[in-house]
Amino acid sequence: MNFVCCIKQVPDTAEVKIDPETNTLMRSGVESISNPYDLVALETALILRDKYGGWVTALSMGPPQAEQVLKEAISLGADAAVLLSDRAFAGADTLATSYTLYKAIRNLDLDRPVDIVLCGKQAIDGDTAQVGPGIATRLGFTQFTSVVEIRELNTYDRHITVKRRVEGGFEIVRGPLPTVITVDLGLARPRRASLPGLILSLRAVIDRWDADAVGAEVPKIGLKGSPTWVRRIFSPPLKEGGPVFDGRKDPVPAVERFLDTIVADEELISELFKNPGV
Amino acid sequence: MREEFEVAIVGAGPAGISAALALAEKGIKVIVFERGEFPGAKNVSGGVLYGHDLAESVPDFIRRECPVERNIVESRVWYLSLDGGFNVSFRDRAFEEGLSFNAFTVGRARFDRWFAGIAEEKGALVVCGTTVTDLLRDGGGRVTGVRTDRSDGDVTARVVLIADGVNSALAAKTGFRAEPEPNDVALAVKEIIELPEEVINERFNVEAGHGVTIEILGEITQGMDGVAVIYTNKNSLSLCIGANLFDLMSNTVRPYEMLEEFKAHPMVAPLIKSGRPREYMAHWLAEGGYDTIPHIYGDGYLIAGESGMLFNALHREGSNMAMASGRLAALTIAGALARGDTGSESLAGYAAALQASYVMKDLKKYRRFNRFLLNHKELFSTLPRLGASAAREMLTVDGISKKEKQTSIRRRIQGAIPLARLARLLWAGARSIG
Repeated sequence: MNFVCCIKQVPDTAEVKIDPETNTLMRSGVESISNPYDLVALETALILRDKYGGWVTALSMGPPQAEQVLKEAISLGADAAVLLSDRAFAGADTLATSYTLYKAIRNLDLDRPVDIVLCGKQAIDGDTAQVGPGIATRLGFTQFTSVVEIRELNTYDRHITVKRRVEGGFEIVRGPLPTVITVDLGLARPRRASLPGLILSLRAVIDRWDADAVGAEVPKIGLKGSPTWVRRIFSPPLKEGGPVFDGRKDPVPAVERFLDTIVADEELISELFKNPGV
Repeated sequence: MREEFEVAIVGAGPAGISAALALAEKGIKVIVFERGEFPGAKNVSGGVLYGHDLAESVPDFIRRECPVERNIVESRVWYLSLDGGFNVSFRDRAFEEGLSFNAFTVGRARFDRWFAGIAEEKGALVVCGTTVTDLLRDGGGRVTGVRTDRSDGDVTARVVLIADGVNSALAAKTGFRAEPEPNDVALAVKEIIELPEEVINERFNVEAGHGVTIEILGEITQGMDGVAVIYTNKNSLSLCIGANLFDLMSNTVRPYEMLEEFKAHPMVAPLIKSGRPREYMAHWLAEGGYDTIPHIYGDGYLIAGESGMLFNALHREGSNMAMASGRLAALTIAGALARGDTGSESLAGYAAALQASYVMKDLKKYRRFNRFLLNHKELFSTLPRLGASAAREMLTVDGISKKEKQTSIRRRIQGAIPLARLARLLWAGARSIG
């Protein structure tokens, strides 16, 4: 089996703050990390490779320093890594990004047919969850998003059964290979690199492909290929706290006031009856 | 599947990296282990480095964009009572021109990363996020490598250099150095306070890029043997205050309370006014001096930096001693590898080289200093109080003649501290640093 795992370098959003005056992200001094969802995707690829045999290629698009996430992938056990890096790729939205990654995966596919592409469900900086499906659509592969469990991988009949999160529950679905899977955090727990793995990654020279090597059409990549424009970033206004009915001293008037309030609020009443669990 | 290295180094601080750099330059296969996510991640140094020692490792450190915060052009020493204090300071044009970068402040998280990057350029392998948990030994007790906390985590090495700092986990595990006594270490807390660059320039009366260090003794440590410092960074101040661990324990003082009182002191508060606290940390300092230095070499291993208690408490010099000891260790190791003998005798040259260097000379010179401070608590209580009240009285214009004032001051001093005791204190103090 031939696996490709897409990994994005993201700012450690636990540390990113929004400047309240300019409404822009304050990225300075924030460490970059591998998108946590993508590390779950990589772990899944490594587990499947170890079980069924094969080859895992880690793939990332980003500036030269994004090499770091690919080195991490090598340290964890990826067999190869390719960084798509070119000024022409800069400013890409999800459309241009999925096009660029798709072209690169096609190149890998010519070399050795790709069976399963794994991506994180979404990146913790953009949270769009669009790149995985974008790649699947362009490749014409079966796609499974928000996968929480791989039930079965049949390498003879070439199909896969997965459990995926859907609104209000889960569904178990089967489809043919090749496929693109986007993974949820619960699917696997990323391992810690072994010492030989870590040493290997420090010495690794990561292949770098520019727009030519990827074979991308210039109008479809980077800023030019990106119809999405971010017009404004803003923090949502803080929600005011709801009413408090303090019944610690005397519960009776508190309960009365509470009942008066909800009876007066028709919207709330209808909401309560719609969702009796709330 | 165990990879062999010629040298394994524990710790990517100034000691470990200066050794790694010197070894890699000679083409020796060296691996450095750092438990932090990157070099400097665990570092809590006050932040002054010295150009002389850095230049021995990286002669063109300025051209290579060493992340200098400010070049120190003025040193101040304060002796404080609770309400005020004395200030002696020295500034010299030489520190701006000829002696530029004699001393400078750095953010150690940035500096250590930069320094390690240079060692990597020379061919050293720096492995971060990896803790060395034990030393490997052969049947004869000779150190043959290290064990780390990762899977397949053993690495063999002809020589292991231990440079994991004062709070060495490896020391506790292997017993190569006794756990320091509370008397021999200080517990220091440090706060980084952010201020705009121009505000710092104005408050400290310096040009852009120039900085000041302030070293502070007196009542601020509440009668305990301790010291405080203020260092200027580009757009922040490092405030650090610490006291002997034994004193802190017996007085049940919490270090952060000491820091808060320090920040409220009338000579400190205006400097940090409207600043924003950014980081807060605590750390040990090896203050025991010469007499607490362990045996710093053995069969297959050497110890450098604060792991070996190499720290000059009086001059607050630790990182430069770490760099010097790391470099001397590297020279010894290179010689031993060339001879094909990394046993104890072959590594003994390290101790001799350290003895001949300023490191041991300085530590020997001040070997009684720690005891002196510990045994003369009036330095941190009675004396600054008396000094301040005397100065206050002399400077207060209230119609009383200076002669009368002097007599009353003399009486007060004699009442508080016998002259013989004062004379002995001065004598002991002079001897402890002589």
